[in-house]
Amino acid sequence: MNLIDRMANLDRRWIFLMMGLAVGIPIIVIGITGKTLPEEPTPLAQAAFDVLDGLEPGSRILMAWDFDPASEGELGPMATSFIRQCAQKGHRMYFIALWPVGAQMIRSSTSRVIGGYYPDLVYGKDWVDLGFKAGNEAVIKTIVTDFAQYFPTDARGTSVNAIPMMEGITSLADFDALVNASAGYPGSKEWVLYAATPLKKPLIIGCTGVQAPQMYPYVPNQVQGLLGAIKGAAEYESIVNNWVRSEQLLDALESGGITEPTSSELAARFAAAPSEAVTWTTEAAAASMSPEAKTKLIELATAPIPGIFLEAQRRMGPQLVAHLLMIGLIIAGNIVFFATRRRGGSQ
Amino acid sequence: MKRPSSLLQTNSILAMLTVMIVMVVMVMVSGSFAAPPAPTDVVAEDLPADGGGAAMVTWTIPTGVDGLEGFQVWRTEAVSETTSRVGNERGAALLGVQNQAYQNEYQRLVGVEGVAPEDASMQARIVARQAVIDQRDSVTPTETGPHGRFWVLVDTVSADTDRLQVGKLSPSDEYRFMVYTVAKTADGGVAKSEASAETGMVLPAASGIDVKRLPLFFILLLLCGSVLFFIHWARSGRPITIRKIAGLSAVDEAVGRATEMGRPILFVPGIQDMDDLQTVAGITVLGRVAKTAAEYDARIEVPTSRSLVMSAARETVHSSYLAAGRTDAYNPDLIYYVTDEQFGYTAYASGLIVREKPAACFYMGCFFAESLILAETGNSVGAIQIAGTAMPSQLPFFVAACDYTLIGEEFFAASAYLSGEPDQLGSLKGQDMGKIIVGAVLIIGCLIATVAVITGSESLMHAVDWFKDSVLSA
Amino acid sequence: MKRIVPLWITAIVGLVLIVSNFLPGTRSWGEEATTWFGIIAAVAFVLGGGSLLKVHLKKISDRNSGWAYSMIVLGTFSATLAIGLFKIGVAPNPSFPDVPWSGDVQGQGTPFWWVYEYVFKPLTATMFAMLAFYIASAAFRAFRAKNFEAVLLLGTAFIILLGRTFAGYFMTSWIPVDGPFSGLRLEELSVYIMQVFNTAGNRAIIIGIALGIAGTSLKIIMGLDRSYLGGGD
Repeated sequence: MNLIDRMANLDRRWIFLMMGLAVGIPIIVIGITGKTLPEEPTPLAQAAFDVLDGLEPGSRILMAWDFDPASEGELGPMATSFIRQCAQKGHRMYFIALWPVGAQMIRSSTSRVIGGYYPDLVYGKDWVDLGFKAGNEAVIKTIVTDFAQYFPTDARGTSVNAIPMMEGITSLADFDALVNASAGYPGSKEWVLYAATPLKKPLIIGCTGVQAPQMYPYVPNQVQGLLGAIKGAAEYESIVNNWVRSEQLLDALESGGITEPTSSELAARFAAAPSEAVTWTTEAAAASMSPEAKTKLIELATAPIPGIFLEAQRRMGPQLVAHLLMIGLIIAGNIVFFATRRRGGSQ
Repeated sequence: MKRPSSLLQTNSILAMLTVMIVMVVMVMVSGSFAAPPAPTDVVAEDLPADGGGAAMVTWTIPTGVDGLEGFQVWRTEAVSETTSRVGNERGAALLGVQNQAYQNEYQRLVGVEGVAPEDASMQARIVARQAVIDQRDSVTPTETGPHGRFWVLVDTVSADTDRLQVGKLSPSDEYRFMVYTVAKTADGGVAKSEASAETGMVLPAASGIDVKRLPLFFILLLLCGSVLFFIHWARSGRPITIRKIAGLSAVDEAVGRATEMGRPILFVPGIQDMDDLQTVAGITVLGRVAKTAAEYDARIEVPTSRSLVMSAARETVHSSYLAAGRTDAYNPDLIYYVTDEQFGYTAYASGLIVREKPAACFYMGCFFAESLILAETGNSVGAIQIAGTAMPSQLPFFVAACDYTLIGEEFFAASAYLSGEPDQLGSLKGQDMGKIIVGAVLIIGCLIATVAVITGSESLMHAVDWFKDSVLSA
Repeated sequence: MKRIVPLWITAIVGLVLIVSNFLPGTRSWGEEATTWFGIIAAVAFVLGGGSLLKVHLKKISDRNSGWAYSMIVLGTFSATLAIGLFKIGVAPNPSFPDVPWSGDVQGQGTPFWWVYEYVFKPLTATMFAMLAFYIASAAFRAFRAKNFEAVLLLGTAFIILLGRTFAGYFMTSWIPVDGPFSGLRLEELSVYIMQVFNTAGNRAIIIGIALGIAGTSLKIIMGLDRSYLGGGD
């Protein structure tokens, strides 16, 4: 039996093994080295960021987490970055879920981001978890006009009357933007059809790779920002990470006496290339800063980004190798196909 | 007496000077900063024959206004907007109450009563929560807008416009409107008139018929009409042919193969409920598969992901066995509910395929990520596989892993194809007419939009806008 | 009678849903109708539960092959149901410490949470992750350049696969971002294919599906298609 015959009759468990290694080895390597591949944001990811960035701090953002543990690998990092941007910007976040296990997704993402990195945010003032509601799109259709009908209490059973940030929320029209992380039905399509389009509200969608092609027709009139699969998540994550760092650096520069517009330019520059902050502090332009302010600036510029804010970018490594393997398998499959056909033809 | 007289004289001069200065200032003011007159006859009315939430504001354009720029239309805040604004204020105040009550109680419990911090925190939270509830009604907003209401700028329109259709209003709220004239001043600035008289209250309620949806209604009539026409056409005995759908023609082959091999047939009706038309279409195909299976005496197993689907499938399979004259062979226990959970169901169905090694697998209904898992598992046991779905994202997986796939509308045509009844075949022909209509509208729309862009024709642009705003957004 | 009543229910509800779309005053009727379905589906859970118990109890009593798995199914089903229904191991809500069963059943540390975190979550994630293996096997077996259309499909697949990773950026990063050929960068090309070709193809399929749904709905409302009721008269 020659190579072509062997490949033609290849036991698919060998393919499973190759895929296992293609995903597993990069995960281990990235876990050890902590290195990620650079990301070039596409306009869709940038648009998603710009929608939330363009709103005034304190804006009301409805965060609908319609996914489950199965799709958490793709959508979890998006949820993390959405919360991070809103928390950093000072928006008020209202979490709901139309999937039963979406409630757990809300808990895990809020406890990781808000609990871990924004402990100053007050539950009931800055964010509220309204939990899961059964009824699929019927929930959306109803809360478009009457929010309290489906959400009389939060997920902890507290009446919305006792939650300060629920004051003035009567319908979906009272929100400034809608953010949806969706893995299927009910999800992004239902939010587009029954909420964002009739209310003409800005809608940002993070969805799985399989769903993304169905969402493209809605961009940009009905959907303002679209993150498709882990690639979209990685792009958005890198934008948010850069922005958060530049915000922190801006604070450090301004508290050190550097004023606008220089401070903004420097913050953006150092966020993109942290090593330049170290060089700059030795230059004459930084003479007005105190040594403590300089140390703080360097610390902020060079501090590693916490792992949970790199999840999507880390997953791009295994995705790269897996995609290359797929291409290799398709080519190999075609070689077998043509070789077998030629042999069949010559016979 | 000289002094008084000179004093009088001085006063007169001062008075004259003052008058002159005032006059000069008045002239200057009237020349360059005079406010333009406000529009008159401002009237607002509910837009007739709409779905609610729109009003028409009209006014008379003031004459003789130099540098007239346009008009600003303002409306009163809706009750919901007031609630939202007031809610923000009250929320902030109540949060203060909550924090204060918590702090006071916590400090009292820990400092005075010596309660452990964890318990104190829990008890203080209860007190703080109660404080919020107790003081909810005592916290009132301090601010009110002019005329007891706040005003919201709706839009600014050009100088030659005397009406504005205001949309996005709440159909259950009443509104007043007022209009300002905006004109350019001599020094290039912008001056705004006094507010016009307020209009009366307008309730932008929904009308009996929403004319905005009439185009959609006509399209519906056209499509339904063509379906009904061709049903009538088919009933009158005219022949209607339907192209061969390989997937449906292969049903007999698949069931026959299962019978020959003595292995079961697996039928998966998707993972959605009976409110999804794909599930209904799947159950239709199940009827035919079950009838063939009954005739061939093959075993058909139908695990379902929804209880209602189980009931419908049992009813259908029972009818099929009845039609085949094999009611004795009907076993309702082979049609059973597994779980609503997507991957729980997938795990069960995959396990079933691996254990039972069915000779034929049918996947007919609404599928998501489980499509490839099921189809690849079925492929690995060498089953002949036929799939049908209207989920565009799952079609590629089925096409790759199954022998036959009913793509989208083919799946919905299954009922007509399998029954061969003239009524059903006529409806298919009607759908084809619908396709022709949609295709024609698409081509005409694209042509008009392209020509409008190339020529810059305003009338064509209006046509495109009308089409987009009425037909496509209805 | 068994056929006529469902047919009338179908026809009336179908017409109500159509009418409510065009007559604003009847909008709430449509919402009511969709709510009814939710109620019926919820009641049908009992049917499902009954079926599950019957099938697995029968397997156990008949000692069919794999009856032990049925025991596991019934055991885990009963345990999860009891834990959720009776809120076993759930601490009272801090705001209402005196109210029994006021605690959050899904709160961290509760048995229900434990089942979710350590059983449900890993199992579900595993099932979804298996897609990666199946898609590789399907790619090797089914993706053949049999004809011209298939070659086009293969080319598109390669562009998307590369464009969605760093490889695409690496391979075409030499093309200037702001130059006239920037659209040929693989990451740009993949977005373009998704937004233009893919959207166009999708729309064609979706229009066909929409017409199919409209036609089928009309047949069902008019009672011409009764196959969902078991067919026949």
